[in-house]
This record gives sequence, C-alpha cells and structure tokens, in this order.
Amino acid sequence: MRVVTASIVAAALSVSVAQAEELRIGFMATFTGPGGNLGQHLRDGFLLGVEHAGGRLGGLETRVIVSDDQLKPDIARQEVDKLLTRDKVHFVVGIVFSNVLMAIYKPVIESGAFLISANAGPSPIAGPLCSERFFSTSWQNDQTHSVIGKYAQDKGFNRVFLLAPNYQAGKDALNGFKRYYKGTIVDEIYTPLGAVDFSAEIAKIQALKPEAVYAFMPGGSGIALIKQYAQAGLSQQVPFLSAFTVDDTSLPAVGALADGMVSASQWAVDLKNPANERFVSTFRARFGYVPSYFAAQAYDAAQFIDAGLKAVGGRLDDKAALRDALRRAQFPSVRGGWKLNTNHFPVSDFYLVTPGTLGDGTRAMVHKELVFAGYADENAKDCPMRW
Amino acid sequence: MDFALLLVQLLNGIQVGILLFLVASGLTLVFGILDVINLAHGALFMVGAYVGALVALGTGSLVGALAAAPVAAFLVGIALDRLVLRQLYDRDHLDQVLATFGCLLFLNELARALFGPGARPYPLPAILDGSIALPGGVSYPLWRLAIILAGCLTAAGLTVVLVRTRFGMLVRAAATNASMLEMLGVDVRRLCLLTLGMGAALAGFAGAMAGPIVAIQPGMGDQILILAFVVIVTGGTGSVRGALVGSLLVGLADTLGRSFLTDLARSALPPAPAAEFGPAVASMMVYVVMALVLLVKPQGLLPVGGSRR
Repeated sequence: MRVVTASIVAAALSVSVAQAEELRIGFMATFTGPGGNLGQHLRDGFLLGVEHAGGRLGGLETRVIVSDDQLKPDIARQEVDKLLTRDKVHFVVGIVFSNVLMAIYKPVIESGAFLISANAGPSPIAGPLCSERFFSTSWQNDQTHSVIGKYAQDKGFNRVFLLAPNYQAGKDALNGFKRYYKGTIVDEIYTPLGAVDFSAEIAKIQALKPEAVYAFMPGGSGIALIKQYAQAGLSQQVPFLSAFTVDDTSLPAVGALADGMVSASQWAVDLKNPANERFVSTFRARFGYVPSYFAAQAYDAAQFIDAGLKAVGGRLDDKAALRDALRRAQFPSVRGGWKLNTNHFPVSDFYLVTPGTLGDGTRAMVHKELVFAGYADENAKDCPMRW
Repeated sequence: MDFALLLVQLLNGIQVGILLFLVASGLTLVFGILDVINLAHGALFMVGAYVGALVALGTGSLVGALAAAPVAAFLVGIALDRLVLRQLYDRDHLDQVLATFGCLLFLNELARALFGPGARPYPLPAILDGSIALPGGVSYPLWRLAIILAGCLTAAGLTVVLVRTRFGMLVRAAATNASMLEMLGVDVRRLCLLTLGMGAALAGFAGAMAGPIVAIQPGMGDQILILAFVVIVTGGTGSVRGALVGSLLVGLADTLGRSFLTDLARSALPPAPAAEFGPAVASMMVYVVMALVLLVKPQGLLPVGGSRR
C-alpha cells in the first residue's frame, strides 16, 4: 500500500538551487488507510503556509518532501530514517496520530533535526519526555477532552454516558473528560477499535436515559456513530458531546445528521481575525474544500518555522539560537494569538464548535462560545524544561 | 436486566447478523461452488456502497441506488473473473488469496484515486431516516428494519433460485461434483462466471444497504470481510442456509457480548478488572463462538453434503 510515499511536492514551490541555502522539510502524515483523509488536510494546510511565505520559509529556498507513515509506527520509523539520512532534512513536520509520533520521536530529536507536530500531542511528550527539539502547533491530546468535560460541568449535565474505542487514546480521552467533569457517569463503554456498528451501545443509551453523551470516536467509526445516533432519534433527546468525531473531516459525509452535536476546538473556520480570514479564503479557493483544524494547525506550523528562521536570519547551523528563536517566535496564528508553554505546547483559547453554515451556505464547524481561555495543558508541570 | 433492553438487543443482534448474511451469502456461494477464496468480495461490498451513495446523492432515488449497486458490483465481479480469477480456478488457495488480495488493494486505491480519501455522504429519504417507537419506551431506526426485511427477502430469493430453478440445480450440482457435471455437457465455466457475478451482486447490494449506517470510504469492506469469513466458516462453507445461521449466531454473539458482558463482569469482579475484562472479551466473542462451533462440528454447522475433490 505504498503509494503516495515521498512524492516531491514542488508544484508551487521553487526548484532547489544553492545547496547551502536550501531548507529541507520532511512532511510526514497518514495518507493511506482509514485515516488518509486527515493527512491530506494536514499537507494542504502546510503547503499553503509555505506558499504564503513565497515558497521561502525564513527567506530560504524551501523543499518539502512528503512521506506517508500509513498509520504504521514501523513504517514511520523507516520513512523518517530516510528523511533524516538520505534527505538530511532540517525539520520533520506533520504527524496525525500519536502512536506514529511516539515511534519517530526519539530518532528525530536525537538526529539534531527539529520535530514539529501539527496534530498529535501525546501526554509523555508534553510531560517528562519533553524536548527542546520538539514543538507543537496543535494541542496536547487531553485538552480537547478536558474542555468538553468542563463544558458538561458548566452546563450542569448531571448524568453523562461515555463512549470511546478500547485503546490507549480512548482511555486517555475519558480520563481527560473527567478532569473537570464532576457529575455522575452513568456508564462508560469501550468499543472495539474500528467498530462500525453501535446499535448495542445506542440501545443502552436509550435505556439509561442520560442527560448527555460524550463520545471520542475518530475516523470512520465516528461517522457510523453519528449516523446511527441520529437515525435512532437520539439527537433531539440526548445532547451529543464529542471530540475528534464531529468535525470538518466527517461533516461532508454525515451532513444534517450532525446538526446540534457539539465538539471543542482551539480553532474554527469562522474565527474573526485577519490571518484566519486570509487562510480560509485562499485555502478554499486553492483546494476546493473547507479547511479543518488539521489544516489550520499545519498552516500555523509553516508560519511558526518561518517566524523562527527569520529571527535568526535563516541560519540553520546554530541549533541553540534557532531553538530560542522558535520559543519566542511571534506570528499571526489563525487561532487568533500565539503563546508557547514551557513544554513547547501552545496555550490556546478553546471554543465550543457545532455544525453550521458559512456565508455562502457551505456547511462547516463554526464556533459558538468560548469555553476555556488561555488553556495551558496540565502536563507541563512534569516537563523539566525551563526558559 | 431490563426485558425491553434485552428485546432491543436481540433485535440489534439479528440486524447485525442479517447485514453479515447479505455479505456472507455471496462469499459462501463463490467459496463453496467455485472453491475460490475471493478476498476482493470486500471491495465489491465497497463498490456497492459507493455506487449506492453516488446514485442516492445524484438522483435522490433510493430505489435507483439499491438497483444500481448490485448491477455495478456484478459488472466488476465479471471483470475480475475475466481478468484475474479465470486463471486461478485450478490453482491452490494461496495463489487465489494473493491475487484477490491484490484486487482488493487495487480497488481500494482506485476508490481513493477517484473519490478521495474522505467519506462519502449517502442521504436517506426523510421517511426512512427516523425511528419508530417500540413497546418499553425504546425506539428502533427504520433503516435497520429495512435491512432486516432486505435480508429476509434475499434469503428467500436465494433459496428459491437455488432450490427451484434449473440454474440453482446446476449450481448445487457443481458444488457437489463439478467434473461430473462437466462430463454431462454442462458449461461449468459459464456457470462459475454467473455464480461469481451473483456473489458480487449480493456483495454490492449489501454495500448499498449498509451504506446509510456506516462510513463510506476506501477500505470499508476489509473489516466486514473478516466477519463474513467467520460467518461462512461457522455456518459451513458453500451453504446458504449455513451462512444465514452463522450470520445470526455471529451477530447475536457480538451484540449481546457488547451489551451485557461488561455488566456481567461488574457483578462478579471488582470495577477495575471488570472494565478491562468486559470490552476485551466482548470483542473476542465472535471468534470464541466460531472456535466452539468448530470444536464440535469441524465442517461448520450446516456443511454442504458430498465431496468436491
């Protein structure tokens, strides 16, 4: 299933010239398998960010080498070795899934290259395993779940039913939810990873009659869950709260069935700030679909690298200076502000998002209210870095 | 335990089983009669779902979608036979598995190339998108009832075709002793082609029926294919009745396992081990059932009589 691997994306980018002045970026994401859609969003967002910098991040000729991790940690290891030794990349950017990030984390940071996650944010990397070579332009995994938990708490939902796939991220999700939620959990169900039928779980929800459901069900499973939840007539009866389930990647497939379902995000397509308006309008014109938070985070990753490199005059050899510049980098983030925590994860505002319509009638996830202002993730206290 | 909940979960188990039957019936025909392990069957399921989704979205006609999907899958199945399987009928199972697995990957990637990696919408008419109230304060989605109905009709239709028609008689004869049939002057190759096409059409129809409740995306058939193999091994390969019984057994084991095992574990174990044990065993239930059946009846529940080889 090796298809998209290492296709050199030189479309709008300039051809490499002077070797010394070239910035090489290995862009790794998942392009095949059920999560393949997410890699496309991530890559398109990043390439648009490079394009908006004139194809020259930090004033350097920029070559982006795209690599497919196939959502397989072992393949990701091989691919990242190629990027590091054959292509001698200065940055590895991208990464949709946490298990892939964990697999390539050590090889990349020990090689001396910088690793920028535009999506995955597993807690060890935000805590004890944090590194001065690693930066995130997304979030730490628990944050979105905690924000929804806080929302459920603030709204006074007293009895909540929890649903997640039976693997580590599913358990982390439900624990994240419980961080700020103090009401009663009527039941928590772990479904087999990759499940496509939720009739048994939905019948349970109907029998238990909770005040709300919280679900973490990424990918195709989530789409099936949304459809089946709505078809059972539950959408109107029991509010459906979720994370990484109802979003701009699943919305085109579920349409109006997701109406009224809420999720949380640090970014939304309709956030009012000049950087976001430019990003959204050019993204839609360029790629013909509505960007998701994946694309927004990757776009920010390109801006982040650009800002850091500019501050050191494009010097790639002085890693300590580049690290300091990245820590202090300022750029117009599409989320409406940029601040890094000591563990190199962003401190962001989190919003409640829900399916809505944009000015031209296109359906997209729009923000409803601010749930958590300046949310710095709790793992930072376990990270020894101080700066 | 709530009686109404048990009733609904039984209904859910039957529905999951019926959906599996739609996929497994085609697979068991091809496996039982042609002795071909057709892994591309999962891709034919996907073809049905995609064609159904495209027609439903493009024309707004559900009937059109349900009609077009089996036709498209039939044509793809015939093409597969002409291009690939034809050479493999007399080869061993490993060759067939490799070739049809290649077809599966090819069709999955073709779907990605044509329609992108994202999931496709498959709108249902408003009257079928809702649910009806059942006694006991629970409701049941109408489309799932439609799946049960379609499965029953398919089972009845297949039985009529296989038991009452000349074509069905020949198919059953081919399943029992193909070379004898050939010596009697029957064009077995053509019979095989039609059987494969029929299996493909059934997979396509299953895809079109499942489309509204699952995510329509490349590779969507891979997982259901595994369950379909569990079904036909449990039920006895080549037997449509076996596929029906196997499907219902697998569907019920899966659904009831997911529904009640964790609760049962909680009543016997402390909370933490119960939370680990319940979901873990629930996801193994279908394989446990298969293993138990094979332990008692190694040929499956209702094997086809006679020897093929």
